[in-house]
Amino acid sequence: MTDHGPMESNGAGDDIIVARDVHKWFGQLHVLRGINLTVKGGEVVVIFGASGSGKSTFIRTINRLEEHQRGEIIVDGIELTNDIRNIAAIRSEIGMVFQSFNLFPHLTVLQNIALAPMKVRRLPRDAAEDVAMQLLTRVGIPEQAAKYPAQLSGGQQQRVAIARALAMQPKIMLFDEPTSALDPEMINEVLEVMRELAESGMTMIVVTHEMGFAHHVANRMVFFDHGLIVEEGPPKQIFEAPQQERTRQFLSQILH
Amino acid sequence: MTAETLPPPASSIGPVAWLRQNLFSSVLNGIVTLALAAGIGWLLLVIGGWALADARWSVVTDNMRLFLVGQYPGDQVWRIWLSLAVLSVLAGVSAGAFGRVTRTLAMTLSATQAMIAALLLASPVGWLGVGAYALNAAFVWMAFALSVRVRISRRPLTWAWIVSLPLIFALIAGFAGTPLTSVGSNVWGGLLLTVLLATVGIVLSFPLGVLLALGRRSTLPAMRILSTGYIELIRGVPLVTILFMADIILPLFLPGEWRLDRVARAMGGITLFSAAYVAENVRGGLQAIPTGQVEAAQALGLSTFRTNVHIVLPQALRSVIPANVGLFISLLKDTTLVTVIGLLELLGIGRAVLAQTESFGAAFEVYVFVAAVFFVLCYAMSQASYRLERQLGVGER
Repeated sequence: MTDHGPMESNGAGDDIIVARDVHKWFGQLHVLRGINLTVKGGEVVVIFGASGSGKSTFIRTINRLEEHQRGEIIVDGIELTNDIRNIAAIRSEIGMVFQSFNLFPHLTVLQNIALAPMKVRRLPRDAAEDVAMQLLTRVGIPEQAAKYPAQLSGGQQQRVAIARALAMQPKIMLFDEPTSALDPEMINEVLEVMRELAESGMTMIVVTHEMGFAHHVANRMVFFDHGLIVEEGPPKQIFEAPQQERTRQFLSQILH
Repeated sequence: MTAETLPPPASSIGPVAWLRQNLFSSVLNGIVTLALAAGIGWLLLVIGGWALADARWSVVTDNMRLFLVGQYPGDQVWRIWLSLAVLSVLAGVSAGAFGRVTRTLAMTLSATQAMIAALLLASPVGWLGVGAYALNAAFVWMAFALSVRVRISRRPLTWAWIVSLPLIFALIAGFAGTPLTSVGSNVWGGLLLTVLLATVGIVLSFPLGVLLALGRRSTLPAMRILSTGYIELIRGVPLVTILFMADIILPLFLPGEWRLDRVARAMGGITLFSAAYVAENVRGGLQAIPTGQVEAAQALGLSTFRTNVHIVLPQALRSVIPANVGLFISLLKDTTLVTVIGLLELLGIGRAVLAQTESFGAAFEVYVFVAAVFFVLCYAMSQASYRLERQLGVGER
């Protein structure tokens, strides 16, 4: 197992995720119809689009929670195939944050974060718990370490989920609508953590409709529609001069 | 406006008020209360009068040895005492190290052995037996007191339990041609046999059932079909049939030199039967786990095996504790069915005792005694289960 250096130096500028002509069917339903996307190290990409456009499905193919049926996905030089070792290697480099948090309810906050480093990275308990405490401090809730997830607010739970993903020292973080299940007053505390993460140089793919976050944090925005990338570009261009009619339409709907 | 905290009105508290409100709130209710009180009193008088004056408990006490260990040879009974001593010490130490649940079980073990010692006082077994059981009852408390002062970590203790069960089994069975002479299982009986059958059944059928439940949800078709087929097959057949089959058919499939003894066959039958039901209980728990839990574990890089061990099973198993304890209580009582293949467990011994001419007319005493012993065992299990639920916080997710 290779030791990953600090997150700041994960090959900024090189292509870290390459997706070529990715297709995916759910039964008869063709949900991804040829996705081409390249993400560079240190880049923050925001994916947006209507529900059912395939954006969540796409980021779930990147760590193989969904299997793509055509095309290729290469993460940090490793191609995603059915080879279990490849899948395990790629998953240990990618952290994921879910809409519904998915914290483990039978474990304390600290145990939630320390579990994977102990069981996958084989860190001794003390070391794993030290890492967990550092991450909890980083997301601003070290005082909650001994509580169970159900005792926390939604915003706190999502921050724990981010800390849990970071504990594996991933090179890439995937966010699948991380603020959609939150009460409005808790959205900002989560976005703030994500903004700091982006500033630290983490490669991030974020599915979100938080256009303020996209505007200020993203390097690039990608618009999904019916299983295809319709348009991509820097936020300034997407917001001020979208090239495609559908992009313009969608933005006018969500920006009022 | 200030809201004061006032005591409740005097007429609504205290025993007199309680009586008036609940039992004598009207003339009719008063009459019903008095009539029922008279009825209950009469019943208690009759039962108490029978139990204390008329009942011939000597049938039970004279045969206490049979009830406890069946035909187990008298000069070898020390092995059972020694086994119980090991269990008592382990239970006492665990009560200190593990907390409430094991404390309930340890207390039950101690109390049961104290009761047995008291019963033996009135029986012709002799002072040695009384002393052995009394000493074991005390061992539980001594070990408990010790483990509260000296912290004993849980892992070696868990291993001690795992190792002790086969050791105790070997101690009771013995080995032919060694100083620890072989005691054939054909002479095991009574409470000894009941407890052995139930313990082996529970301890083996639980892991087997968990594996079957996981197999039934496996993505591998062969695993899924085999597990489902097994579960449905076993659940479609009565235990009695399985016991007959284990007794008669199983030896036909085993090579000739493999002489599986009758108790082992019964244990096998009970285990295989119970595992199918455990599997269905556990499957219910597995289905209640949201897929997001598995996805989160996979996204962190945990293997399927580790996901099951650390994420899925701990949540699934604690939600099915009540159902599984219910199942194990049934299993304990179902061990009485081994009578059909000629084994004399507690109830079987009771019937054998009744077949003696000197026991004539004492059927009630024997059955009351057998029922009381089963009740104590089952009640302890169900209490331990309530404690376990509370300790693990079932329903507090």
